[in-house]
This record gives sequence, C-alpha cells and structure tokens, in this order.
Amino acid sequence: MDYVLNILGPLIEGTGVTLKMFMVTIVLAVPLGLALALLRISRWPFVSTLVNAYIWLMRGTPLMLQMLFIYFALPFVPVIGIRLPDFPAAVVAFVLNYAAYFAEIFRAGIQSIDRGQYEGAKVLGLSYAQTMRRIVLPQMVKRILPPVSNETITLIKDTSLIYVLAMNDLLRAARGIVQRDFTTTPFIVAAAFYLAMTLVLTWGFQYLEKRYAVYDE
Amino acid sequence: MPSTMSEAMATSMINAENIHKRFGAVEVLKGVSLQISKGEVIAVIGPSGSGKSTFLRCLNHLETIDSGRIEIEGAVLASTDANGHCHYAPDAEVRQICRKMGMVFQHFNLFPHLTVLQNIIEAPITVKGMKREEIIPVAEELLRKVGLFPKRDSYPARLSGGQKQRVAIARALAMEPDIMLFDEPTSALDPELTGEVLRAMRQLADEHMTMLVVTHEMGFAREVAGKVLFMDHGEIIEARPAAELFANPEHPRTRAFLDNML
Repeated sequence: MDYVLNILGPLIEGTGVTLKMFMVTIVLAVPLGLALALLRISRWPFVSTLVNAYIWLMRGTPLMLQMLFIYFALPFVPVIGIRLPDFPAAVVAFVLNYAAYFAEIFRAGIQSIDRGQYEGAKVLGLSYAQTMRRIVLPQMVKRILPPVSNETITLIKDTSLIYVLAMNDLLRAARGIVQRDFTTTPFIVAAAFYLAMTLVLTWGFQYLEKRYAVYDE
Repeated sequence: MPSTMSEAMATSMINAENIHKRFGAVEVLKGVSLQISKGEVIAVIGPSGSGKSTFLRCLNHLETIDSGRIEIEGAVLASTDANGHCHYAPDAEVRQICRKMGMVFQHFNLFPHLTVLQNIIEAPITVKGMKREEIIPVAEELLRKVGLFPKRDSYPARLSGGQKQRVAIARALAMEPDIMLFDEPTSALDPELTGEVLRAMRQLADEHMTMLVVTHEMGFAREVAGKVLFMDHGEIIEARPAAELFANPEHPRTRAFLDNML
C-alpha cells in the first residue's frame, strides 16, 4: 500500500496529460466531425466526394502513423509545412482522426431521421439550416449517444499512443516505473485509473440517455 | 371587363395550369389544372396511385413539377417557358409563397422531441421571429379550439393518432395560412378516431378557410366540400359540385370508383 501511495504522484501527473489530451480532442473533434457530416450530405457532389476521401484517408491509416507524420514529416512539406511541438502535433492528429469517425456517426444519425420531419418543417416555412438546427440535429443527438459513448471511451484509451512523441501520459508514466522498480503493480494502478475515467464517462452518457428518454419516437 | 378580371385574380387562391410530373418512366400527372377561390373547400378523391397526393404536394413545392404553371394568390411559384422549360421562383421567394399554405400530412409529421405546445410555437418563433409570450396565448387558443389544451405539455408519442392529427392542424394554423392542404389526413387513423379530426376540419371550413383535401372519406367530401375532383391515372376525370358528382357521376370511371367505395 505504501508503495502504491509512493507511485501515485507520477501516475496522477500522467493522468493529467491523458485527460488534457482527451478533453482538447473532444472539444475540437466533435464540432469538426459535425461540420464534416453536414458537408458529406450536402448537395454539392464535389464537396461530398472530398469529405468522403478525407474520411477514407483518416480511417484507413493508423492514428499513430498520422501522429508521427504530423510531428516528423509535416515540417518538410512545402507550403503548409510547419513544425509543431509535441502536444499540438498530437492534438492535430487526434482531432483530424477522431473527427472522421464522429462525422460518420453523425451522418448515420442525421440520415436516420425520417423524411417526414424535413417535410413537416418545410411546409411550416423553416429553411434547411433552421430545419437542421431546430428539428434534425436535436433528434440526432438521442440516436447517436450509444455510438458516441463508444467512441469517447476508445479515445481515452487511444491517448496512450502519444507516448511515441515522448509525452508522459498515464500509461507511459506507469511503464517508466515498472522498468525502474521491476514490479508490475504500476500497471494495475494505471488500469484502475483508466477504469475510473471510463466509469465517469459511462455515467455521463447514461445520464444523457436518461435525459433524452423524456420523449419517445 | 377589366374589373371582373382583376376581381377573379384577387380571389383566386391557387391557380394550377396543365401540371405535368413524372417519376422516372411513370407519368403521374398528365396535365392537371385547378383553380381554387377564397373560402372554397375542394375535395380530391380517386383510387390510390391516381396522382392526387402528388398533385397536392406539387402545389407547395414538396415535389417539383416538370411543366405547367402554379400561382398562389397571384404570385408565380413555377412557370413554363415557350421551350417547355419549367422555372421556379428563387428559393427565398418560393419559401415566402409556400408560407401562405399550411399542410396536414397522413402521418402527422409532428416533431417527437418537442411537446405539443413547442410543436405549435416552433415555426412562428423560428420563421416569423415572434416572441414566445406573443405566440403562446395564440397556441393555447388553437389547442382549446381542437380540444387538446390539457395535452399542452405532452410529447407526441403519448397522444392517439386523432390527437396527433389535431395538433398537426393547430400547428399549421399557428402560421396563419390562407390556404390549408390536407393529404389524406385520416387515412392513418383507426376508424373510431377519424371523427374528431373531421370535426376539426369541418369547423375550419365553417370559418371559411380555403381548403384542398385529398381524402378517402366520401362522407366528408359530400358534406363539407363545395366541389369534388375525381382523379384517375394522373388526370382529373370529373370536377363538379359535391352533391351532383355523388348523386349522378358522369364518367364511368367515377361511377365505378364510387360504387366500389360506398
């Protein structure tokens, strides 16, 4: 027990890095994903195809590769080549990647809304934008909560990939102690930390689902 | 006769001329024309697949026409040039024109995430920019009128079909339309629930609302409609005062249809 208390310090610090990565990614990837979903279903075939290609690229290559590319290779790309420090580089990779997954979830949610809802809104005089904002998207939220919950839990664990940019997230901190002290206890403690974080997320989503249960469809 | 001309134009609520519409290879409307004057109630009857719902949906731009001309209260929604190309008014204008028409659907199309009251006040607030405190009394009055004030804060899923349809009527009326379009408003209802919806519609007719009603309710068509159109295979076969058409159908197809229905 004393040993566990001893190693808590660095593990909590690592958790901080993990949570920061998680929060920033969620805050940026959700709106970007929504924008991509709306462009993907837009009337302009060119835009739709472009977004489709983007989603294919982002889902079709490993997140770790994307992160390594942005950190190591982007500086040498003409015109857009900039050198990003480790945290921003990781954030850019995570946001671009997760936005692609969120976009597909949102698109599925939007397209599951009955055509009658659009017609009902149209005959009342709502524009397309008003129909989306007031009628379609609020109903979409209820339907996508389970897959978004999935994706969010995956994200919190995926943040451990940032170790490749030598950032001290929870898992890397634990591994450091394991290698130093020749004991696997830090892994168990780290697992408990991850479980605690996903438990909070699970509760959060259960709360949202309950709130949306006030209406049936 | 210029004065009677302008008078006729002023009171013509919908003027549809020679509407053609096809879905792929199927021609669903083969040159349908209709004029409806202020305060007139017209019922459209006919077998399913006759194009009557499509025709109604063309009038408020839920479907686009291939050729023909549609005027709503004198404003041109769609017209066809000499080369046979159909032109619609610009989007904003189309929306403006179509706002003169309210519509009630077979499947209600209420917004499930909003309460009854919220369903009614949504469009007046979002589209007309009305304030909540302005529109809520209006909405409550409409709910009383259709007998659903106690359901004010219920969600649509908690209502019966007849109640849903009455909310849908109230919701359409909240936008203060000049014309009401009904697309088989009782076809999705259990038989014992059609009465309450037809009563609400009859009340509207008594208040001289201009109404175009696609329906299978022959009783309603006979008693409430001034004129009845019989459509079959994308054409209007007969258009006559209700009493005449039911008592003495001219066309064999009308007769066959009525015999089948009654």
